[in-house]
Amino acid sequence: MSADVRLEDVWIRFGDFIAAREINIHIQGGEFFTILGPSGCGKTTLLRAVSGFLTPSEGNVLIGGTNMAGIGPNKRPTALIFQNLALFPLMTIWENITFSLEVRGASKQERRNRAEELLELIALPGQGEKMVNELSGGQKQRVAIARALCAEPEVLLLDEPLSALDLKLRQHMRTELRSIQRQVGITFIYITHDQGEALTMSDNVAVMREGVVEQISDGNSIYDEPDTAFVASFVGENNRFDGKVSSVSDGIATVDTAEGTIKARLSANTDSRVSAGDDAFVFVRPEAIQFVNGTAADNRMNTKVYHEEFEGHFWQIFLDIEKSQKRIKMSYVNDGATRVHSRGAELAIGFPAQSAIALPQGALAAE
Amino acid sequence: MIAERLQKYLVIGFVVLFFVYLFGPLIVMGITAFNTSAFPRMSPWDCFTAEWFDVLMQDARLMTGLRNSVFIGLGVVALAVPIGLAGALVLMQARPRIRPWYYTITIAPILVPGVVLGISTLLFWDRVGLLLGMGVDSIFYNGVFLTIVGQATFISAYTMLIFIARLQRFDPVLEEAALDLGASHVQAFRKVLLPFLKPAIGSAAVLAFLASFENYNTTIFTIVQSSTLTTVLASKVRYGIDPSISALAVTIVIITLVGAVMYEISQRRQARKEKAQQAVARGELKSMTKQRSFFAEPAFIMSALIVFAGLGIVYFAGTIGVDECKAIVKAEKQAQIKLRVERRQQKAMFERTAEQIGAEQPDQEDVQDEEKVKAKGTEGYEGIFAPQNLQEQAGDSGVEEEKVKAKGTEGYEGIFAPENLQDQSGSNQ
Repeated sequence: MSADVRLEDVWIRFGDFIAAREINIHIQGGEFFTILGPSGCGKTTLLRAVSGFLTPSEGNVLIGGTNMAGIGPNKRPTALIFQNLALFPLMTIWENITFSLEVRGASKQERRNRAEELLELIALPGQGEKMVNELSGGQKQRVAIARALCAEPEVLLLDEPLSALDLKLRQHMRTELRSIQRQVGITFIYITHDQGEALTMSDNVAVMREGVVEQISDGNSIYDEPDTAFVASFVGENNRFDGKVSSVSDGIATVDTAEGTIKARLSANTDSRVSAGDDAFVFVRPEAIQFVNGTAADNRMNTKVYHEEFEGHFWQIFLDIEKSQKRIKMSYVNDGATRVHSRGAELAIGFPAQSAIALPQGALAAE
Repeated sequence: MIAERLQKYLVIGFVVLFFVYLFGPLIVMGITAFNTSAFPRMSPWDCFTAEWFDVLMQDARLMTGLRNSVFIGLGVVALAVPIGLAGALVLMQARPRIRPWYYTITIAPILVPGVVLGISTLLFWDRVGLLLGMGVDSIFYNGVFLTIVGQATFISAYTMLIFIARLQRFDPVLEEAALDLGASHVQAFRKVLLPFLKPAIGSAAVLAFLASFENYNTTIFTIVQSSTLTTVLASKVRYGIDPSISALAVTIVIITLVGAVMYEISQRRQARKEKAQQAVARGELKSMTKQRSFFAEPAFIMSALIVFAGLGIVYFAGTIGVDECKAIVKAEKQAQIKLRVERRQQKAMFERTAEQIGAEQPDQEDVQDEEKVKAKGTEGYEGIFAPQNLQEQAGDSGVEEEKVKAKGTEGYEGIFAPENLQDQSGSNQ
């Protein structure tokens, strides 16, 4: 059983502070949906509105087509996995997992059976008698998931559940979460500030900034087709050039910057296209930048190597552009051929206009 | 180097003094409980005895007071723990702005003098009784009821403080988690918050009971015609005490010590358990080994042995040979008194002869002193308050007894001796 979740014109205010403004999101049943944003952007607030701990100041929350207004958190078909997990420290693992059955008055035998099933699912079979303190971080994480699943929710809400884990475990849990979601097939709404998590796990991602949803689409489009300058700079690495659009033709904008004239394509989204005379940002991903040897490129720059980092499967180089001394970053795949660039070496780089995107400066203009 | 050593000795000296100051009175009182002397004292030491524990058990007034105290204590626990818990819960949910005000108001009863609380309780419930048209035999004039409600007014504030301390460590997200999993507010409270508060409920109950048990200044007003242990003790002190009070003190100290040791043992068990759990979580331990039962703890067995051995020694040493010892001591005292009386008689004879002989007596000063005393008419009361004398007079009669009687104190013999009081109130050794 999975239900779709619909937020209609949701506003959430705390006094004068607006935590969420005019939120419209439709999450399909069975979808892995991620809300991505920096801390304080209102994503947890939104999640609390879905789970019922908070009533929106305006607008509606619909789950499975039913308006949730006036329905408390204990009556909603949602289960929340808290940031600190909130496992009950005085109960054993199996009691924790089957708490939702206990409050419904299920028999002990039924609860034990269900607990064993779920322990199997989270790969902790036979560990039900342990206390919460006896588990490691990753095990606690999985118990929290099992406890939420035991309530048989139609929507599972996850509030940065992996943030307390170390890197290795976090990456492992990403895969695990995704496979659990596929197994149970219910709607997951996942909150995170980690764009890596968002991109790897989700069917769709909503990027939020200061209470506003900036863009909703699948992870690929978020990365390749950012609608706003904020999304372009928040998701993934990006080099940003500040300039003014001098002309637009055939979907390519010519932008005058301190680094010279840069040609960049317009956004696919008609709302975020720039036109001649606009202040604009040009974004170029580090991996879109290439070395140029004499051959012409759309955008060509002479740089000096500042610093080089080896990341294993790719190299990352920090370059100072000769014209403006602006530092940019480029990366290329480690193909085995060692091309170590010593500090101060001169390097000509370039990138095609199709790999760069020109976006209106929007809220980032002042920065 | 020397300064360092000096400092060390100073610190040691201070610590010793501090502990003497703290426990000295208790130790002295503890020792007096085992002395046969009718007045609680450590020296001169008469005989080692456990008889004062018997006296204590047979003191009807004290036992009634003790029963009342225990009943009132339980009543206060039943009233103050829920009130304190409710108060603490409200504080946790109150808005930040009104929280300090609320806190001050609820904590105020601790600052109000107990005497004021006692009087106001009495007056308030008298009014209530009058309003409801209840008679003097109704509950509003019942000493036990009044004492329970009177003490609970400020003891509730104590328990609230304990609950606040515990609640501050409660993660409110746990309650949200329970709600989110479908629990009602009542279920969330009962299954999540209450188990968390269990240790605090325990300590609040113990504290409330002890605070009630030892309270005097509120109780003395609210107890009316009934009595508690403290009021009985207070009245006893007024009319003269005997070592059975020391015996009571020893009993209470032992119960406290046993309780403290038990608490410490369970704390250590808990700490060991948590350590093992962490080891399991880190993967250093495969699984938790089952903890041995509380009664199999070496510390428990040791302390149980010490208590039993101590009780046994006291019991046997305190009952065997006490009568013989007493007889010896009595004989000694009688001999002393005899000696004194004889000396007095000699003196009197000497005086008479001196009078007959004339004024050229070398020992004149003594005689004058003696005469002065006599002139003041105190012959019969000599040493009347000396404990030995009291005991002697109370116990038996001898040759010297008659002499004392002859001096005109027949009716007042040993009137202040506790034993005598006891005899009158029905018990006899």
